[in-house]
Amino acid sequence: MASILTNLFDGVAYGMLLFVLACGLAVTLGLMNFVNLAHGAFAMAGGYICAVLVNNSGWPFFAGLPLAFVGSAVIGIALERTLYRHLYARSHLDQVLFSIGLVFMSVAAVDYIMGSSRVFIKLPAALEGQIDLFGVGIGRYRLMIVVICGLLTLALQLILAKTRFGSRLRAAVDDPRAAIGLGINVPQVFAFTFAFGCGLAGLGGALSAEILGLDPYFPLKFMIYFLIVVTVGGSSSITGPFLASLLLGIADVAGKYYVPKVGPFVIYTVMIVILLWRPNGLFGRTAAR
Amino acid sequence: MFNRRKLLLWGAASAVLPGLCASVPARADDAVKIGLILPMTGGQASTGKQIDNAIKLYMQQKGDTVAGKKIEIILKDDAAVPDNTKRLAQELIVNDKVSFIAGFGVTPAALAAAPLATQAKIPEVVMAAGTSIITERSPYIVRTSFTLAQSSTIIGDWAVKNGIKKVATLTSDYAPGNDALTFFKQHFTAGGGEVVEEVKVPLANPDFAPFLQRMKDAKPDAMFVFVPAGQGGNFMKQYAERGLDKSGIKVIGPGDVMDDDLLNNMGDAALGAVTAHLYSAAHPSAMNKDFVAAYKKAYGNRPGFMAVSGYDGIHLIYEALKKTNGATDGDKLIEAMKGMKWESPRGPISIDPETRDIVQNIYIRKVEKVDGELYNVEFATFEAVKDSGKTKK
Repeated sequence: MASILTNLFDGVAYGMLLFVLACGLAVTLGLMNFVNLAHGAFAMAGGYICAVLVNNSGWPFFAGLPLAFVGSAVIGIALERTLYRHLYARSHLDQVLFSIGLVFMSVAAVDYIMGSSRVFIKLPAALEGQIDLFGVGIGRYRLMIVVICGLLTLALQLILAKTRFGSRLRAAVDDPRAAIGLGINVPQVFAFTFAFGCGLAGLGGALSAEILGLDPYFPLKFMIYFLIVVTVGGSSSITGPFLASLLLGIADVAGKYYVPKVGPFVIYTVMIVILLWRPNGLFGRTAAR
Repeated sequence: MFNRRKLLLWGAASAVLPGLCASVPARADDAVKIGLILPMTGGQASTGKQIDNAIKLYMQQKGDTVAGKKIEIILKDDAAVPDNTKRLAQELIVNDKVSFIAGFGVTPAALAAAPLATQAKIPEVVMAAGTSIITERSPYIVRTSFTLAQSSTIIGDWAVKNGIKKVATLTSDYAPGNDALTFFKQHFTAGGGEVVEEVKVPLANPDFAPFLQRMKDAKPDAMFVFVPAGQGGNFMKQYAERGLDKSGIKVIGPGDVMDDDLLNNMGDAALGAVTAHLYSAAHPSAMNKDFVAAYKKAYGNRPGFMAVSGYDGIHLIYEALKKTNGATDGDKLIEAMKGMKWESPRGPISIDPETRDIVQNIYIRKVEKVDGELYNVEFATFEAVKDSGKTKK
């Protein structure tokens, strides 16, 4: 019983991590209708920013996390203003080719600057080890992930549904021409949204270094996971990818624990079954836009 | 008419010119070129860097002239992709006319170059890749690194003799991982041990959480671990996170997971891990102390087992050239290498004349803190271990 709960907790933590890593992609892909396969490169940037600050400059870990967010967001906004915005009106194929090129460039650049060996971020002692709750082993680090990601999801949902910015964004997405007519600065809204998505990826990258490992191949290795989360969740809301991440995280951990021989394939099987059942994802709109 | 004559002239010229060029000697007689193919970028880059560093160090110490010939190293990066290895080896042999190909970070890379070594009749000196089959793929392959069978069988024997009865295994699901598992199991179960849990971890997925939980619930005396050197750090961190270090489940295995390169980053969770391997930076010989000091001085960090394999690889090439008096005939060089014995920073080693594979001491080591740093401290020695992957046949 205890091991079931431990696995459940590990699965939830893994899923939450996937969500923070992938939800920025859900925003650009679903809300802005832009296929940004370079999403993982921003996650990697966040990871390395945090690693350099904490390991080399001696910043505390909890100061490194927000800076990973800010740093990736700044890189995101710079690239959006200079490169990405020229591709909004182009076909999806152009967007895919452009962003995959960006991935390869980021891999080579990081390999050159930081070296290709795996980087670890120095954690405070309080985050190491497990807490024993009625026989259920709860990893402190994973507990922190659950807390941070849970709060983040709530905040995100509130921003999109309740704030002025959220309604502007939705208006800009649904009908850019009408939104401009109403006085909404659409390019600015898009740039801000894009940067926010990149910032989230950066935060996810910094959080995931401990669990997934951080090296220059990060964006290539985990691209498939981001895409699975977004396709299974559907890209038109935040709730979809959130529940999809949880489902996939739990299925992945359970699969590897209970049937280790076929465990790594469980996540793909779940994806295929869900997509057969609901081709637009769990919470996708029924008709393509 | 004029045009045709011009054409004929050009034709004649182009037919003769390459002939002329070819008759010019392609290389000076007093140089020996070595094509070094290593992963200098990508996931295996630390292997490449260690070997490259060690070879540079050796050539600084011993000079770059052997038997009156100047040694020239041509380094190529294959990023551990076998297709690259094959293409680079071909270029080195055909264009650069090298007398040796050397390096090879991973097994598929070493295998990809094997047919070329056979065809060109030049020695292929394997300095890293560790599966048994490699030296059987060409009569021109010589190895100075190790095989996984060497260390895995030894740790299997050691474990049963030292009160470890139940073991759970966690190995990466690719050729070296499977080699390590097979050889360990053979010896461990033959001695009366029991493997209570066997998990193969996919190479591309580094979150060990569910696999480690399975290990924990199996309640073994120890867990046998093989993951490629780069993943060792992640593994040990998650091992500690799950509290396996406190539950008394010790880590045993071949030494790759406790590579000197990574050991210091692992933290105190690694303390007490017992592994069998060919080399530790803490090996207590005078020669090794000098080697470690020189390496640290030149590159700022300590050498690992890959560095010592590269150091011995270039030594083997130097000594073979001395024996042939500088002659670069492949068959003579291989003959010269067979049975060669020398003292290495890792201890006494030799090249098995039958298999062209390395024969070396395997040490049982325990991770301990020495002067505030983590080291694999050796406490038992198995002398002159051959590759049991071959002696079985």
